[in-house]
Amino acid sequence: MTGIALPYTKRTLANGLDVIVHEDHYLPLVAVNVWYHVGSKDEQPGRTGFAHLFEHLMFEGSEHHNKGYFPPLQQAGALLNGSTNTDRTNYWEVVPTSAIDLALWMESDRMGFLLPALTRDRFETQRDVVLNERRQNYENRPYGFALMAIMAALYPAEHPYNWMTIGSADDIRTMQLEDVQAFFRTYYHPANASLVLAGDVDASRAFDLAEHYFGEIPAGAKPRPVTAAASLDRERRLVLEDRVELARVYLAWHSPAMFAEHDAEMDLAADLLANGKTSRLYRSLVYERRIAVDVSGYQSSREIGGFFLLVATAAPGQALSDLAAQIDRTIEELIEDGPTAAEMERAEAQAEAHFLYRLQTVGGFGGKSDQLNAYNVLCGTPGYFAEDLARYQAATRETVRAAARHVLRFDARVALSVVPRGQQALALPGSETLAVS
Amino acid sequence: MAVDRSHLPDVGPDPSFAFPSIVHHTLANGLRVRAVEHHSVPIITLALQLDGGSGGDTPGREGLAALVADMVDEGTGSLNAIDVSDALARIGGDYDIDVGPDATTFSLTTLTRFAERGASLLAAMVTTPALRDADFERVKRLRLDRLRQLKDSPPALAERAFLRLMYGSHPYGHLPIGADETLRRLTPADVATLHRDRFGPAAATMVVAGAMAAADLIALVDRAFGQWSAASDGSPETPASALTSFPMPPRLALVARDAAAQSELRIGHLSARRDTPDYPALLVMNAVLGGQFVSRINLKLREEKGYTYGARTGFDWHKGLSPFALQASVHTVSTVDAIRDALAELEGIRGNRPPTPQELGLAKASLTRGYPRNFETAQQVARAVTQLALHDLPDTYFAEFVPKVHAVTADALVAAAHTYLDPSRLTTLIVGDYAAIRDTLPSLNLGEPELLPIDV
Repeated sequence: MTGIALPYTKRTLANGLDVIVHEDHYLPLVAVNVWYHVGSKDEQPGRTGFAHLFEHLMFEGSEHHNKGYFPPLQQAGALLNGSTNTDRTNYWEVVPTSAIDLALWMESDRMGFLLPALTRDRFETQRDVVLNERRQNYENRPYGFALMAIMAALYPAEHPYNWMTIGSADDIRTMQLEDVQAFFRTYYHPANASLVLAGDVDASRAFDLAEHYFGEIPAGAKPRPVTAAASLDRERRLVLEDRVELARVYLAWHSPAMFAEHDAEMDLAADLLANGKTSRLYRSLVYERRIAVDVSGYQSSREIGGFFLLVATAAPGQALSDLAAQIDRTIEELIEDGPTAAEMERAEAQAEAHFLYRLQTVGGFGGKSDQLNAYNVLCGTPGYFAEDLARYQAATRETVRAAARHVLRFDARVALSVVPRGQQALALPGSETLAVS
Repeated sequence: MAVDRSHLPDVGPDPSFAFPSIVHHTLANGLRVRAVEHHSVPIITLALQLDGGSGGDTPGREGLAALVADMVDEGTGSLNAIDVSDALARIGGDYDIDVGPDATTFSLTTLTRFAERGASLLAAMVTTPALRDADFERVKRLRLDRLRQLKDSPPALAERAFLRLMYGSHPYGHLPIGADETLRRLTPADVATLHRDRFGPAAATMVVAGAMAAADLIALVDRAFGQWSAASDGSPETPASALTSFPMPPRLALVARDAAAQSELRIGHLSARRDTPDYPALLVMNAVLGGQFVSRINLKLREEKGYTYGARTGFDWHKGLSPFALQASVHTVSTVDAIRDALAELEGIRGNRPPTPQELGLAKASLTRGYPRNFETAQQVARAVTQLALHDLPDTYFAEFVPKVHAVTADALVAAAHTYLDPSRLTTLIVGDYAAIRDTLPSLNLGEPELLPIDV
């Protein structure tokens, strides 16, 4: 298919800031998107949740605008947000073309001049907000602790993927303002950041504006890349009781890192195994046998290493061991015979469509500006879009089969049962009981 | 030149923006078509909106409209459910159903080069679904299981209980999924009857937006849906939207959830219909009060007190009388303090703390200056135009939106708050740890809490 492209121009300022521009004049909007190459993988055990709490503080004011980050931008008609994951922290605004200077002034002020505005009061309030975010999205949500338990079982204690980005509540409670200052100096500077301007702006003007607002910020030292290895030498079976009506089984494996060999294949394998009514597990577990009420799966591509997850929720009264046995049979078939030609045709069509859908928005999470930064920060060039699609087009029945055979081993995985309180009998046999909070 | 950091840079005049023009056409069978050209990316969205949503469920059959909508992709002609999903996937299709209180919308987004296949597939699914008994039993079973799982989710429990408290047994008073006892009673005959009576061209609007000429978009719909005919005109006998008033005693209600980490809150009452002439004033009022990050309630409960990850207010617009509500999930120990602060804000905006000129300016600017953002994708455009069709709004609505918001004065805002926000009629609902907060509730002076069952 022709015409799927994400063109751009890139320059690097003297202080090390990457600046990437993509023109799209369809609407009078400009997306400003900044990535800092820091996430929860840069934290230490006992200090988890730090990168994310820091993200909150970026919205509390900076030296020359020593109050909330939102009001002037909302006054200008902006939509804005930020997020933190294991590998990076991103911040974005989508503004009317007329407010591009404002957005760049604000972003550059918090990149260069955050600390003078950071008070103990603001820090402590945001610590409470984050504790409430954790309560809302994990503690008070069904199955909310499942991924925490899986990460802790997949990775050893000192591995930076051992904990989730939200962090442990105890760690969050004991954080100190002084820690924040050191963190800012290490990670928040031009040499560890990447800026994209996408939308209704001419490239030459965009570069001039970036130089004007960000050029004066001193360069910092590029942080050392984080590396770590992890592997499993057996199947670890775990059970977690939760306030849930229906039991659920999670199967998790180590899988290729983002953009590594077999990463795209495992993404395709997740779809053909567990996503949508056409997937093999939906058909066998939900549609035909009716022993599950839902199935899902994904390849989580991350910088240091990926994980592959399959999830199935049992229908009332069904044992998780029956679900797991059927899932294992389905995996065996995939490893034995690979996908069918029809499955590959369908996957191909979906991949093309999804890459095209990704070109619809200039800003926000997953918009064109965010994608350019993802490629730039995580694989060194913003121009990886076409190659990314090519990875999916190059996948064959044989490469998907090989990837599945390599990753989906029964003797090297985590099998987590989440069961209603007091019903451990529903779990996979031989599961070790966990307590997570 | 060094950056002048002594003040924020000025924002220039708002860039001009032409709203999408809508081409109307009615097919020979009565299907109303609205076509919008959208040429950014070669993608097309077809959105078929049928009159009558969950508010059309008759008493005892709550959950029927949503179940029928769910059956639409379960097979047509010789295709079974898996075949339908396969056909959708092969065109990279993104199929979605939205069952609202007043309408049900089936939409399909695909690449323009698959427009023909997409349109005819959607037409077959909606107009001639197989509605097989075996599929019905399976889908109903899954929906009953889903309903059971909603008991695990505090926001779902709160939504369900709040609708019941607002509307009682009125057809707006249930979630689209319905309730266990009504869902169990539904039969294949109910599904067939609803499909026969409500699915017809005269009761539907097709909105199509995409990277094609408007005439081609219309011709596409005509080829796919031109043969559709129906026995009935599709209108429910007594539409739920007739609702204009409802008794609303003040009360405190509680759904107990032992050891919950947070209290899920809903505070509100029935307020206005979508067709109120005060709609722009209510939008601005809500933006000041709780409709955006920098509104009073979020700044108070999150940014000042740290009680919650976020608090907001809003209208859940229906054609009939619609609820206005605050929603937030707050730390259990902060429950009473958060409610007290929230109630004070609801009082303040209609009483001793009218909006300041700065607040009014900020609210209007945030509603209007980013407005073009809502028209970036074909899906967004189609959704916006289905809203015009649903609420009988003119094609000039988008162009008039910005000036109408700008025309709202502080006095008009306060007057609207007086008319549509009444602190003496508020329902305060808590889904949370009753034992932990029980002793603190009397300090709210809202009376004894009414304890609701989990499946109210």
